[in-house]
Amino acid sequence: MALLEIEDLRTYFYTRAGIVRAVDGVSLSLSHGETMGIVGESGSGKSVTCYSILGLIPRPPGKIVSGVARFDGIDLLSCSDRQLRAIRGKRISMIFQDPMTSLNPYMRISDQLVEPLLVHEGMSRSGALIRAVESLEELGIQDASTRINLYPHQFSGGMRQRIMIAMALISRPEILIADEPTSALDVTVQAQILELIKQRQRELGTAVIFITHDLGVVASFCEYVAVMYAGRIVESASTNELFARPMHPYSASLQQSIPALHQKGQPLYTIPGMPPDLTLDIEGCPFAPRCGHAMAICREQRVALKEITSGHGTACIRFQRGELANTPLASTAAAL
Amino acid sequence: MSSFLVTHDLKTYFPIYRGAIFRKEIGTVKAVDGINLQLCKGEILGLVGESGCGKSTLARTIMQLVPNTEGTVLLEGRDLSSLSKNSVRAERVNFQMIFQDPYASLNPRMTVFDTLGEAIQIRRKLPKRMLLEKVALLMNTVGLPANQMRRYPHEFSGGQRQRIAIARALAPEPKLIIADEPVSALDVSIRSQILNLIANLRHRMELTMIFISHDISVVKYISDRIAVMYLGRLVEIGPAADVVERPLHPYTRALVSAVPAPDPERERKRQRILLQGDPPSPMNPPAGCPFHPRCQFAIDACKVSRPELEEKEPGRLAACIRVGEI
Repeated sequence: MALLEIEDLRTYFYTRAGIVRAVDGVSLSLSHGETMGIVGESGSGKSVTCYSILGLIPRPPGKIVSGVARFDGIDLLSCSDRQLRAIRGKRISMIFQDPMTSLNPYMRISDQLVEPLLVHEGMSRSGALIRAVESLEELGIQDASTRINLYPHQFSGGMRQRIMIAMALISRPEILIADEPTSALDVTVQAQILELIKQRQRELGTAVIFITHDLGVVASFCEYVAVMYAGRIVESASTNELFARPMHPYSASLQQSIPALHQKGQPLYTIPGMPPDLTLDIEGCPFAPRCGHAMAICREQRVALKEITSGHGTACIRFQRGELANTPLASTAAAL
Repeated sequence: MSSFLVTHDLKTYFPIYRGAIFRKEIGTVKAVDGINLQLCKGEILGLVGESGCGKSTLARTIMQLVPNTEGTVLLEGRDLSSLSKNSVRAERVNFQMIFQDPYASLNPRMTVFDTLGEAIQIRRKLPKRMLLEKVALLMNTVGLPANQMRRYPHEFSGGQRQRIAIARALAPEPKLIIADEPVSALDVSIRSQILNLIANLRHRMELTMIFISHDISVVKYISDRIAVMYLGRLVEIGPAADVVERPLHPYTRALVSAVPAPDPERERKRQRILLQGDPPSPMNPPAGCPFHPRCQFAIDACKVSRPELEEKEPGRLAACIRVGEI
């Protein structure tokens, strides 16, 4: 049974420029211990999806227009603040991109680490401190018992992100949401941090939702992937499937635009145009204006995500009708 | 092969002071510590390394935005570090920079025409009509419609703003462009557009460029040679494909191996070299090879003396005494 099940989530922002449909009909399901990647470019709605289920959307201007998010029999979108507070930070916790802005610069690491234990588990301060030191040691921070008394600025970026992870995992959550946790770090440190999250995940059996724009990170870290574009999931599949047999022109183009795959001197593949303006109500497929395979039908009706092979779903109508199954999706490099 | 830009034993040290009244020097950060580089005309040199390794300081020292402590910077044979302040200012028209964040690097109160016009006029004053023509031409060069020259930066998307920043760098017809992480802030689909633009321009205009990035796949794609920096020194330099595919220095190996490849099959099979800890502080770098505390191949000899950058294969230099053995 799914641990978390999101159905038809719509989060809109009511701004002066109009209604921004940041998340527009997202359905996801996450099982125990699983690692799910959400990839997409900036503005595709990957973070807003996760903020929505944790009740972290600023209201106003944001509003969750529709949807349910079932977690252990509770609908996270309609439950009381009190119920949500008991879940957030205890059973579902989150790591953010920039560890410097998400740690409190005025508080010692120790005070920040024990807070979830004091609040959620009613532990004594001394007991909580022992557990906090342990949790730092588990993340490879040496001299944890003395360094726990330092302030965030006394640590390097990689160390701060370790502290964030320790803090997120200290209450042994069932779900960890990691929002671009390594994007601000060097690749060498990124490799360390990913390895640590993986290791702790195995030990604790935590399910992880991993938000990223880096397909490389997805390939090395996630079992399942959902590709988001313009507030919708356009393709979802196991990682192997997605890279071996992409079933949406957008996912295929993303893979094509990465320089690692290219011969030198050859121009990189580029997706023509720009992501759509989310204040407009998009009738058909949001990717159609940039898609080399778009036909009249793509612009006419909204297409829901549909499973084609087991566990592999696409929101491309031409794929659903079997018209693109054997075509190379993004073979011609666009001109400058 | 004539050398266009040469740095010889270039060093930039920053003193660290403590105390407000009795200020005392308590140490130095050796941000750039003895760099020898040669750049040919029309070459793109990729500069990679972790944050804090001195990539940007090296770039700034070359432009003389930061004075160097020792060594020389020669541009077409002239020593920039010995010039007077005014001559350096006059010389700086030959250098242009492209920065990481196109949201921060453009003046929000200047239209594209103002921004580009100002940059063109550094080199020579032009009458208004010719200036208009020149701005329009520049905008076409970087793939922007010229009829948008009266617009302000906020009216453009991130990718378009980076195009404006590139146009601004091209405007005074510089001899050298330093691009400091020019595509790191951009989304994948926009990034490939900008990389194509840079690749295309360098062929058309014979640009000489230092391309700083932490993303090895981007650097490999765009540059002719790659220089790898660690703690203020070069540890390896060589042709781009060779450095990435067959790295000589253990640090380069670790760096390349840390980059996750967008290919799940390969990711599962490959053995990743995990470096221990963070880079050491440049205030008191370790004795011997600065990389030895994190290096899996380190032997006692590595702790004794600092290895020099030497030619290990034709055209490939590395600063490691164990290159042949590992």
